[in-house]
Amino acid sequence: MLEIKNLHVKLEEEDKQILKGVNLTLEDGKVHAIMGPNGSGKSTLSYVLSGRDGYEVTEGEAHLNGLDLLEAEPEERAAAGLFLAFQYPVEIPGVGNMTFLRTALNSQRKARGEDEISAGDFLKLVRAKAKSLKIDAEMLKRPVNVGFSGGEKKRNEILQMAILEPKMCILDETDSGLDVDAMRLVSEGVNALRDGTRSFLVITHYQRLLDHIKPDYVHIMADGRIIETGGPELALEVEKNGYAALLDKHGIAQEMA
Amino acid sequence: MSAVEKMTPAEARLARVTLPEGMGPQRRAALDRLVAMGLPGRRDEYWRWTNPTDLIAPEPVPAAPFADDEPALFDDVERLKIVFRDGVFDAEASDDLALSGIEISRLSEAGDVNWASSLYGTLETAGQTPVERPFAALNTASAEDGLLIRVTGKIETPVNLIYIHESESSDAILHHVVKLEEGAEITVLENGPAGARANIVMEVDVAKTARFHHIRVQGRDHERRMLTGIFARINEGALFKSFTLSSNGALTRNECVLDIVGDDANAHVAGAALGDGKSQPFHHDDTIFITHGAERGESRQVFKKVLKNGAQGIFQGKILVKPGAQKTDGYQISQALLLDEDSQFLAKPELEIYADDVQCSHGSTTGAIDETALFYLRSRGIPTEEATALLVLSFLADAIEEIEQERFRDEIVIRLEGWLARHRG
Repeated sequence: MLEIKNLHVKLEEEDKQILKGVNLTLEDGKVHAIMGPNGSGKSTLSYVLSGRDGYEVTEGEAHLNGLDLLEAEPEERAAAGLFLAFQYPVEIPGVGNMTFLRTALNSQRKARGEDEISAGDFLKLVRAKAKSLKIDAEMLKRPVNVGFSGGEKKRNEILQMAILEPKMCILDETDSGLDVDAMRLVSEGVNALRDGTRSFLVITHYQRLLDHIKPDYVHIMADGRIIETGGPELALEVEKNGYAALLDKHGIAQEMA
Repeated sequence: MSAVEKMTPAEARLARVTLPEGMGPQRRAALDRLVAMGLPGRRDEYWRWTNPTDLIAPEPVPAAPFADDEPALFDDVERLKIVFRDGVFDAEASDDLALSGIEISRLSEAGDVNWASSLYGTLETAGQTPVERPFAALNTASAEDGLLIRVTGKIETPVNLIYIHESESSDAILHHVVKLEEGAEITVLENGPAGARANIVMEVDVAKTARFHHIRVQGRDHERRMLTGIFARINEGALFKSFTLSSNGALTRNECVLDIVGDDANAHVAGAALGDGKSQPFHHDDTIFITHGAERGESRQVFKKVLKNGAQGIFQGKILVKPGAQKTDGYQISQALLLDEDSQFLAKPELEIYADDVQCSHGSTTGAIDETALFYLRSRGIPTEEATALLVLSFLADAIEEIEQERFRDEIVIRLEGWLARHRG
């Protein structure tokens, strides 16, 4: 379970408050979607939860299954089961995808006091997962994300998710830059990982991703807070009417959002 | 005061130069060149960033050999092993020099009647213009030993020169001459620190369509001081390819002077250097000069340095395109990854072009670890130190890629990983 309480965050470099009291509880096995206009703080929330530098938590807390997330290093959060699928997956020339995946898996296992996976077992695991995601074996041999298309990069994120088997997955605008077919493939990959205990936080601009990954809850974020919570129908309402009406209702000026 | 005490260190060094037997006229000519140009000082343009004092000093600064339990390099490679211990040929540790398709003799035993006598010192002499290289002349004059290698066919088995450093005060001076006849091919591997101080020159004559591969690993001794000079002449359709890995070493200056004299020839030189100035100073200097004197030549210089704890990296790289060397393709990149704020990288890329239809590019960058990439790796559970090591390997990849043979690339990467494991934090 992920519990976020009254989270306030500002940028370290400039005195700018981005999150202004986020409250959110994600029970095991549930899919929560966060939608919101540009600059509402959606991506900041994902970065703060996963431990990226450059943000200062001024108030509030976040716990993942009892672990104080905000006190933990990014690698400790990962070992505890947190996974962030990046909006822009990073290219790492010269480091093979297989090396990267194996180093990540073994680092997490080591941190949890488990044995490292053998080379043979790892190869079997990756091949099986890659096949289910329609990832070409050739892509596994290439350096991490180098020369990958937008769709391949996102599928590579889902592959990492499938191999690392996190408890809590945050998808940061996974649909951005994907065509319809690529979005379907990625969504199928995510849906295959829904096992009744794993939870997802799906951050997106658009409702269309939620046609593929059906959420249990939809939250609307604006001006650093969650202003509305509802079921999938809330996403449809936003799709139809835009954010303007909701922002008006909560007295948030459009230019701020 | 006696006369000796009044001498400057450079004069004292010159006064001590003795000319071993063999190659007499070449050695005397080299000594004349050396006396005429003198040993370098800090005011010399190409020595501004590297202090030559320890290379000039009559006696080497004592240096302890470095021991670890890593397996010896190239151990699994089927090769012809030739061992020099503190600069002295070790017959017992070396393989029989006979290898079909190749003639190898020792400089100290060759006498004057040898194909090499027309080459010994010749390429070094040519490489003295327009920039003087006094230590190379010193080497030609006074080298005690070295190998003279003549290759007439395509040789699969690499020749591996192994330089062992045992004595704390050894001063190794070795001079090799490699001649590849038309269409010949060979790989020369060099590894080890050679001595407390070493001066190693290799002259390489690559005839038409011949292919020369060179992979060098300069040992892991923290305290050694080393100067190397490669002087190559590359003929029509030939390939010259050299890669150097340097990890540790108080002082390293690798000079490489390549002369493309035939059309359609390729000259590639690359290097990866890893320096940690924590327990010992680290100063590493690559000084490269590539001359295009023929048409459609292609040259590449790819140099990467990873520096931490006050380590210093220098790159001086020049491409000279002579009149008439049309369709030249020259590429040069030098990059440093500074792992802290104490380390320093100085680069001087130079292009001098006298032909109008050429393509030459150069770039030099200095940077820190990419924070976004580091976060990406850590967000997958990889601890900072391991993530940093992966990003260092990523940074060096372009230089390693310059090695054509995959099996040697893999060996180099294992060495890099070993270094990174020893130099964490």
